[in-house]
Amino acid sequence: MVSPDIYKALGLTDAEYGKIEEIMGREPSSTELAMFSVEWSEHCGYPRSRKYLRLFPQQGKYPSLVGEDSGGIIVDDIAIIFKMESHNHPSQVEPKQGAATGVGGIIRDIFTAGARPIASLDSLRFGPLSEPYNRYLLKGVVDGISFYGNCLGVPTVGGEIYFDDSYSGNCLVNAMSIGICKKEDIARARAGGVGNPIMYVGSSTGKDGIGGCSVLASHEFCEGEEKRPTVQIGDPFTEKCLIEATMETLATGHVVGIKDMGAAGLTCSSAEMAAAGGVGMEIDLDKVPLRETGMEAFEIMMSESQERMLVCVKKGKEKEIKKIFEKWDLHGVVIGYVTEGTKLKVNYQGKVVAEIETDALAKAPIYDMPFEKPAYLDEMNRLDLNSIPLPKDQNDVLLKLLASPTIASKEWVYEQYDHMVQIGTTVLPGSDASVLRLKGTKKGLAATTDCNSRYCLLNPYRGAQIAVAEAARNLVCSGADPAAVTDCLNFGNPEKPDRFWYFKNCVEGIADACKSLNLPVVSGNVSLYNESPKGPINPTPTIGMIGILEDIDRRVTQFFKEDGNIIVLLGETKEEIGGSEYLKVIHEKVAGNAPELDLEKEKALQKTVYDAIQQGLVKSAHDCSEGGLAVALAECCISNKDKTVGAEIAFGSHLPTIRTDALLFGESQSRIIVSCTEKNALKVSALAKENKVPCSIIGKTAGKHLKIDGLIDLPLEKLTGTWRGAFVF
Amino acid sequence: MKFGVVVFPGSNCDHDCYHVVKEVLKQPVEFIWHKETKLDNFDCLIIPGGFSYGDYLRCGAIARFSPIMEEVIKFANKGGLVIGICNGFQVLLEAGLLPGAMLRNKNLHFICKFVELKVENTDTPFSSEYKKGQIIRIPVAHNEGNYYIDEKGLAELKKNNQIVFRYVENPNGALDDIAGIVNKERNVLGMMPHPERSSEIELTSKDGFPIFESIRKWLKEHGKS
Repeated sequence: MVSPDIYKALGLTDAEYGKIEEIMGREPSSTELAMFSVEWSEHCGYPRSRKYLRLFPQQGKYPSLVGEDSGGIIVDDIAIIFKMESHNHPSQVEPKQGAATGVGGIIRDIFTAGARPIASLDSLRFGPLSEPYNRYLLKGVVDGISFYGNCLGVPTVGGEIYFDDSYSGNCLVNAMSIGICKKEDIARARAGGVGNPIMYVGSSTGKDGIGGCSVLASHEFCEGEEKRPTVQIGDPFTEKCLIEATMETLATGHVVGIKDMGAAGLTCSSAEMAAAGGVGMEIDLDKVPLRETGMEAFEIMMSESQERMLVCVKKGKEKEIKKIFEKWDLHGVVIGYVTEGTKLKVNYQGKVVAEIETDALAKAPIYDMPFEKPAYLDEMNRLDLNSIPLPKDQNDVLLKLLASPTIASKEWVYEQYDHMVQIGTTVLPGSDASVLRLKGTKKGLAATTDCNSRYCLLNPYRGAQIAVAEAARNLVCSGADPAAVTDCLNFGNPEKPDRFWYFKNCVEGIADACKSLNLPVVSGNVSLYNESPKGPINPTPTIGMIGILEDIDRRVTQFFKEDGNIIVLLGETKEEIGGSEYLKVIHEKVAGNAPELDLEKEKALQKTVYDAIQQGLVKSAHDCSEGGLAVALAECCISNKDKTVGAEIAFGSHLPTIRTDALLFGESQSRIIVSCTEKNALKVSALAKENKVPCSIIGKTAGKHLKIDGLIDLPLEKLTGTWRGAFVF
Repeated sequence: MKFGVVVFPGSNCDHDCYHVVKEVLKQPVEFIWHKETKLDNFDCLIIPGGFSYGDYLRCGAIARFSPIMEEVIKFANKGGLVIGICNGFQVLLEAGLLPGAMLRNKNLHFICKFVELKVENTDTPFSSEYKKGQIIRIPVAHNEGNYYIDEKGLAELKKNNQIVFRYVENPNGALDDIAGIVNKERNVLGMMPHPERSSEIELTSKDGFPIFESIRKWLKEHGKS
């Protein structure tokens, strides 16, 4: 009898162990037990979340592809493959390597689908920078992304950095990668054809990252634990060679299927490739290139050493493939074959160390998790506006918000990332969305990541919908038609009913918003157990979204272009300050409800701005988000590094009868600021009227100040200094 | 006229340089794998940017020993045009084709951004299409772009008018604001900024393209059509 200590150390429960014995009809070997433990972990098998992920729509306006490890859409004859994935737990333990291998892992998911990676984005969340460990994490994570991404030659073009107390003790690192290929060149992650060889390619296998997905990523952080040995170490140079060798290998046409050895390493890649192809597989661990002696079978099967892949090639072609990998100084070794039946058989040192039905491994059990609305939420949602004093000096509030790390310019970060390599980046970081040209076509691709987790904490269903709506709005502001979604669902321990209630509601919010906006969710990742003794993280369903520009020359940036343009506000400003950055920074409160969202109004707004941009009516477009209208206007004035432009705002008859702080800093949704010539302002107004979108001409660009209706008057120099100077280390 | 782009394992601006020569300059261009031991009738060699061998050691220190470098040195010594961009500049320094060395950026961070350069010397095959003193906007992207040379070497560079580009606002601490230099014979250029990233208007600046155009013109004037 296997002792409970052993399977519990691997992260398995009593019930799961019982089920494994039942499946096997005998006591599992140590290797088999290890293989089940990683495949059934939340990180790989999604036993707790899978039931709800089925709610996501898979079809939208472009034909979509939902593959084994990533997904994408087809635009004309180009496949755009993209996915976002978390590397939260490793980054909290060892920020540089954790973030670096997060980038490496997601990029491998893209090129194993046959697509050359063309861009990365990173959504990062930390606790307050007043705590030294959080500063260490921020610097380490940025360093890791810079170290790995720059060396690979994949531009890091965008993302977000967000701060909240709840991430102290458990930071979030969500990495997204985008790749493109001809649609006929898409590769699958499946084995097939009895007798076809299975090749191990890339780097050698060591003892790093053992249990990364099960012991580390599928449990909460507890006091005084040493989990650093479970973090993998990245080698971007090898990965760069692996990208090139893989692209050459796929171009031969001799590949049946290919899969990254990421989480759960060789176990996951062999079992899932066989299961996806409905075939058996036999592998011989003596043939696996090792970087240290004396490794046990279970260690080889569980190792998460980086920069390795498994390839099923056509019989007789193995020598040709081996030659390509050798050209790049990488391993290319046949370690096994596709077999009859549906079993995965693993041999080591003359013995059979594991023999398991691949389906049993690859299809983790599905659990119905109990959920319950937390009792504390009603209290949090209560916000009596009369108890919030109106600040006297609005200039001071605006400057404090611009200096808040969530809002301040992230130039210090993105200048450490090579965001221009591959000469595709036509809108550089620092606007609502980054825009890449698709070489050889007129088209462009816009990408963004979004999630305001405070909204999700206060109202998970609506907060998740806002994340989808805002991501789409950002893309529309850049001139793109929102096309498809990937997500990274970061939550606390799913075994606690309140955490799971948040998970369920956020998933439902995303699903409904995506259906309404006709966006498929083509790929994604779930990261649970994000909590420490300090408590759970805010529910954080990060949305990664891509959009298509029919004509790259129609791209638009967020900043004002010149004096004498008309400033138009589209959308309605309501008396909403719940969950706002203003409420947190100025009044130190996280309370109230998330801003309202009406998806029909959102669609009308997005259609108006999209059409206005397509008709060439718009000089700049920027959505109102954290910090509200005043911060958005300030960003329009100062976010162009090469040229700032002032603005004079007078609401006149458009002045809403609401509190001043809500007017300036409230975060009402579905609002976009555009600037245009006087003549075109009338056309934009007409378009808005047609779509029943509230539209107010609120001022014009002029001078060297931002002036808002007698409430705010600040020189651009002061705004720039505050906003750019607040985030430098 | 034929251009060659040398590819080391870890080069990552090779495709970008290839694209600009082929699609923008509209001239024939081929990749040259670093293990090659002979060069086939090239007129200009580009050593592109990136992280040759990952640059885990001093940048360019390993690439310098790649078999192709023997041929690049012979080619340069015979007067062939060689341009090293970013990591390519570092490789040329390591190979001894250009004087000086690179230190880490003064702020100890990787820096990727547009910078302004002043064109100091237009009397080279690489810069004839600029005006002397012209200010151009070209991006940098590097960790080790802090150019260093001893006093005697700097005096030599100045005396021979070998400094081609200077930073208007020095981003990395480079000595005397040096962004790009040629050898004494003026057939080898090394520069940290990336002209291939600013050769098309979609990328917000075409200020790097005159470098490629200067080379084309020079080659044409020297009988390469």
